[in-house]
Amino acid sequence: MTTAGYTIMQTVRPDRSTRFDVDEVRRDFPILREKVYGKPLVYLDNAATSQKPQLVIETLQKYYSLENANIHRGIHFLSERATQAYEDARAKVRGFLNAAESREIIFVRGTTEGINLVAQSYGRKFIGEEDEIILSAMEHHSNIVPWQILCEQVGARLRIIPMNDDGELLIDEYERLLSDRTKLVAVTHLSNALGTINPIKQIIQIAHRGGVPVLVDGAQAVPHLKVDVRDLDCDFYAFSGHKLYGPTGVGVLYGKASLLDAMPPYQGGGDMIRSVTFEKTLYNVLPYKFEAGTPNIAGGIGLGAAIDYLSQVGLDLVTEYERELLDYATEAVSTITGVQIIGTAREKAGILSFVLEGVHAHDVGTILDQEGIAIRTGHHCAMPVMQRFGVPATARASLAFYNTREEVDALVGAIHKVKRMFSR
Amino acid sequence: MTGLSELYQEVILDHNNSPRNFREIDGATQIAEGYNPLCGDRVVVYLQLDNDVIGDISFQGSGCAISKASASIMTVSLKGQTSTQAEDLFQRFHSMVTGAANRGIDPQALGKLAVFSGVREFPARVKCANLAWHALHAALDGNRETVSTEEAGSDATLADVQG
Repeated sequence: MTTAGYTIMQTVRPDRSTRFDVDEVRRDFPILREKVYGKPLVYLDNAATSQKPQLVIETLQKYYSLENANIHRGIHFLSERATQAYEDARAKVRGFLNAAESREIIFVRGTTEGINLVAQSYGRKFIGEEDEIILSAMEHHSNIVPWQILCEQVGARLRIIPMNDDGELLIDEYERLLSDRTKLVAVTHLSNALGTINPIKQIIQIAHRGGVPVLVDGAQAVPHLKVDVRDLDCDFYAFSGHKLYGPTGVGVLYGKASLLDAMPPYQGGGDMIRSVTFEKTLYNVLPYKFEAGTPNIAGGIGLGAAIDYLSQVGLDLVTEYERELLDYATEAVSTITGVQIIGTAREKAGILSFVLEGVHAHDVGTILDQEGIAIRTGHHCAMPVMQRFGVPATARASLAFYNTREEVDALVGAIHKVKRMFSR
Repeated sequence: MTGLSELYQEVILDHNNSPRNFREIDGATQIAEGYNPLCGDRVVVYLQLDNDVIGDISFQGSGCAISKASASIMTVSLKGQTSTQAEDLFQRFHSMVTGAANRGIDPQALGKLAVFSGVREFPARVKCANLAWHALHAALDGNRETVSTEEAGSDATLADVQG
């Protein structure tokens, strides 16, 4: 398109969602051409954050070059245009999650803020003394600490669904934890430390038998799996844009309209009000009631572009390709003597956590880094998971659809190098 | 030597595999714990101070090769030193691994500790090398609370904090 002297090439391609070509998608990600210490970048830290396709990068550039204005306020041309682009992005998210209505899509900073919003708004209104909140043993700190803060505020308690040695939740134990005191279940869809895909639909059905709402932490799931919030019948679903090939600083909280309507605002400020006097403020309707202040407009629009991109590539094809790649990586890494895979659930996606006998994960990470291979080492913001498996830390390779078997081979070669270095 | 083989020198790997003074001290006069929330590494340093001289020193805990070897070599280096000498060595060690060594500190003057000079090429690993020393510093101060690398001063930066 050409406007005001700018020419922006959009990398929209004809529908290619019938086949998956990894070389083709790799060309969409400029950073994958980078070298690290003179070696090709092998980016296997996608669970921390994903890389961005050209379409997202160009959308951000286009927004700031051609559309930048504050939204929902100005009557001028640019404000209308920015507002339209932002609300279009909300509609894309609605479609992506198959939510019933766009007003059920709240833009937040990320998964963490989405969970905090529910804890402080829903939680402080509907959860009280002696009440219980059920979490799972494999939660990220961001789905533990907001509930602990709430518990301190209202006198509620946490109950934890245990897991087996493969990293699978014990559903029988979960059913036993549910009681009249249970006021909320908050559980991850896909474990960031183990890769386990939880039977989230079943978990929700069980909770709903007792009328208990369920929040799903979808930060790790949305890049890998098709999510349909109406099919799951979840009450809240939170995810982050930056793990979904979108920008940092933007994320989504989906909530059923009936619940969101009943909840008080999370933060006060501009845009979330209908009228303000010093005596009384009337709050705005959904979703604006929960979007105080100028939001991350560019981020929201960029997230919309990421969703467009993913639908061009085809999420079903992504899921299938990544499953094969994870199987290949699991097979290749687990045959290395001394390697133990942490997280061996039957249903897994995207994540390969491991420990190497006699070598701390940090040392593995440093040596891999010198080979141009980016992985995460440490507790992955899931210290209780590390305690459960009796390890101080793991090395975690996390996959995206632009990773290749050759990159997995490079990972395996580098692990062998670690072993050589430590057996001198 | 390349950066990696300088970082993982044989002396370091040896102390990682067979850490010296890896035990508790019954009736220690000073104990302090160092903790790196970034990676979960923990080290407890035990001291037996007799008239300000380190009569015995030991450590326990878990961590990477760099933090374990650093703790091990620290205990070996400090036996028989006064607390002032120990603090002085910490300052010089700290300068070396953070790269301040280029400003006039000769690693060779640090004796056994010179094997850690390669750490300065790996900024993400500086805290690993310093962990036991922060705990030692806290122990000499009589501080019984866990000292975190994120609070312990100049090798911690806000950008490093996560988890």
